[in-house]
Parts: sequence; structure tokens; C-alpha cells
Amino acid sequence: MGGLRTAGDLVARMQLTRRMRLPEAKAYVADRLGVTPADLSDPVMMSDVRRERGLGTIPTEDTATVADALAIEAKVNISRVLDVPVRSVERFRALTTGA
Amino acid sequence: MDGPIPTRMGDGSLVRMTRAEIEADILAGTEAGAKRAKVPPLGEDELAHLVDIFASPARFSAVDIGDEVILTSDGVGSQDAGSRITDLQNYEQTVCTDTVELYHHDYSFKPIKPVLPFEQEIMRQTQLLLTIPVHYGAMPDLGRYTVPDGPVPNWSQLLPLGRIDEARAAQEEAVELAVDDIVYVAEGMYEAGADGINLDTAGAAGDADFLASLRAIERIRARHPDWGIQIGMASEFVLGMHGELEYDGVRLAGLWPAAQMRLAAKAGASVFGPAINVNTGKTVAWNVARTCTIVKPCTDAAEIPIHLNGGMGVGGVPMHALPPVDAVSRASRACVDLLKLDGL
Repeated sequence: MGGLRTAGDLVARMQLTRRMRLPEAKAYVADRLGVTPADLSDPVMMSDVRRERGLGTIPTEDTATVADALAIEAKVNISRVLDVPVRSVERFRALTTGA
Repeated sequence: MDGPIPTRMGDGSLVRMTRAEIEADILAGTEAGAKRAKVPPLGEDELAHLVDIFASPARFSAVDIGDEVILTSDGVGSQDAGSRITDLQNYEQTVCTDTVELYHHDYSFKPIKPVLPFEQEIMRQTQLLLTIPVHYGAMPDLGRYTVPDGPVPNWSQLLPLGRIDEARAAQEEAVELAVDDIVYVAEGMYEAGADGINLDTAGAAGDADFLASLRAIERIRARHPDWGIQIGMASEFVLGMHGELEYDGVRLAGLWPAAQMRLAAKAGASVFGPAINVNTGKTVAWNVARTCTIVKPCTDAAEIPIHLNGGMGVGGVPMHALPPVDAVSRASRACVDLLKLDGL
């Protein structure tokens, strides 16, 4: 689908964690992001949506600034926006609570 | 177009055929698949769509905009340039795949076990640096448990001697060992932050290999209800090396993709990957028609996402280390269009 350029990684997360088939997974992600399922594979549309919501993007000087969430930072937002568990985020939280 | 059209054989070599010859090959491919797997052949509209795809001389073929599917992999990167982590970053940020998979060169669960702490550390660092889902993958590879490499008698040596009961007992013992190893590695990867585990080429050693995969999935799913668990098959039907093994009351030997999928879903898999072998002596068009015919009952009945194995020697993609993009794109597009795949 285009991975980080589009919303391929987000749709994949719904297949992996919720065992959703593709139409259901696309519809779910589109609904959470306020776009249509067809928008999910459009890199122009999704670059804005991803940056606005802090869902990560390609980390180059042309596509991101230091104000953009990337990698583990983005995955914290992905977990919240999609309402799915992301194992690395759970670990990150568990190791940084200061307890 | 009536003149010779460039197309490919299953070994990747370029041949030229007329549209009528391609059409005849596609018809023969669906008939071969229907006869072999005892399933219905493709319909007229489906056959016509395949002819349109394969009768085009274009370098590349693709699904319609909006019909893109998810890509998962069995091992990502060559491991020959930079580090394994930079391999995965390149696939995320340059190739732009939807997921990536960290893997060890010795791609079986048994040899991973002694190096698991090292693998966990790579996974942990990878998870800090990548945004897209990162699997860990390996093969159940039941043969690894036989002498001289493992503790179990070798059923490939026992069977030709007619020592059937001993061969079956050896396979049953190997299943227990493999399940423990797969679950052990999966647990380690869960702790390290992996987004899921991939059991690749399941059933490679036959029905016992598939049984080990299903039992491992069942145990992993019981502990982690929301974790990614992917299973990709080794070939189109399950070999009966044991012959009497069952899962959930279903005999495993001889199962085709639709029945394989039902058991994978029952065990708790997130994604199922059917694998249909390529006949190198036939055209890619013939192989794709046969693939779609065999897999259609699986995708029609699917309860979980289906990612067809589409690579070197399976899913219509030529058996070549550098498969031509014209053939890969045609095979991928045709299978997505006809089978309504969830991914590749």
C-alpha cells in the first residue's frame, strides 16, 4: 500500500492486532483518521494527515522537521489514534514511568 | 494485439506468444488447478481479465488506484550491507513496504533459541527506530530435530525401511520439541517489543510440521490475544509424512489452502499465507491461472486476512533469484484482482 508514505502500516496494524480483512481494516483506519478508504493509499493526502496527527513520516529534511513525531514517538500516537495495542509502546511506557 | 507478445515462462525466461496462445494457456492453467485441487475452474469474466493482463506488452502492470493491498515478508534485507537494522530502515523509508521482518540468517526457530538474547536486543533497538510493524520470523523446520542435527530418529531414513510406527513416533516427538521452541522464541520477541511473529514455510516437513505450527500458534494466541501471528505455508497441499495427525478433529495430510486457512484461523493466526507452487515448464500466465483457481475457495471463505505467498517459485512468480518485474507485477495484480487478497 505504500507503508509510511501512505497508511499501509496503519492498515497492517488492524490486520495483525484485530485480524480484520482488508476492506474492514481500511474502513476502520479511514474512519479514525476522518478520510475515505481510497485516501489511505494517496501519499499526498496522507502526508498531511500523518503529520497533523503525529503518526510518523519519512524522516528526511524534505518530509519532516524536528517537530514531527517519528518512530517510537509516532507509535505512541498510532496506538492512541487507532485504539490498538503496540507492544513496543507498552514496553516504552513500562520502562519510563519512573517507578 | 495479434502479433507475438513478450511473456514469461515459470523459470523467468522470455518467450513470445500470440494472444490466442496466451488465452489457451490460461484456460489450461485453470483446468489443471481445478483437476488437481478438486475445485471449480475460474469463470469466463475472470479468464478474460487474466488474458487482458497477460496479453499486454507493458513493462509493468498494477491494480487500480485504491485497490492496493498490504505487503508482509519472510525476511527483509540482504544482510550484506550495513546492519540488519539499517536493512529494515531502508525498506521502511526507501522501499516503503507496509511491514518489515527481522530475521536471522539461520532461518529456523531451533537455531534461534541459543542466540535469542542477541536477537531480542536487535529487535528492541529496531522498535525504537522504526514506525511500521516489525515482525520476527523463522521456519518451524521440523527436520532440524532429527539425527544427526537433533535428538529424534530420522523419519526420512526410517520410512524407506518400512519402519512406519517408529517414523510416526519420531515425528510426534519432534512436534513437541518444535512447539516449545517456537513458543520460546515468540515469547522472547514479544518481550523485546516485536509487533508479531511469522511462522514461515509451515508444513515444509509435512503434516507434523503443520501440526507443530498450529499448536504453537494456539499457545501464543492464548497468552497474547492482540499480537500479530502470521503463518505462511511451504507448498500448496500438506504432505502426509505421518499420515494420521489431526488438529481439531481434521486430518492434516492432503489439506488444500481453504482447509489450511480454517485451521490456522481456529488456532488463532492473524494472517494466513497460502503457497502455490510454480511449474517452471509452463508460462507465468498458466501458473497464475492455476494459482487463482486453487486459492479462490480459500479467499472466498476467509475468516482472517489472506496474504498470498508471491515470490520466487510460488504464487505465479517465476522461480528465479531475480524475477522479472513484468512477471512479478502481472502475477501480483492478477491474484489481487481475482482473489480479493488482503495482502501479499
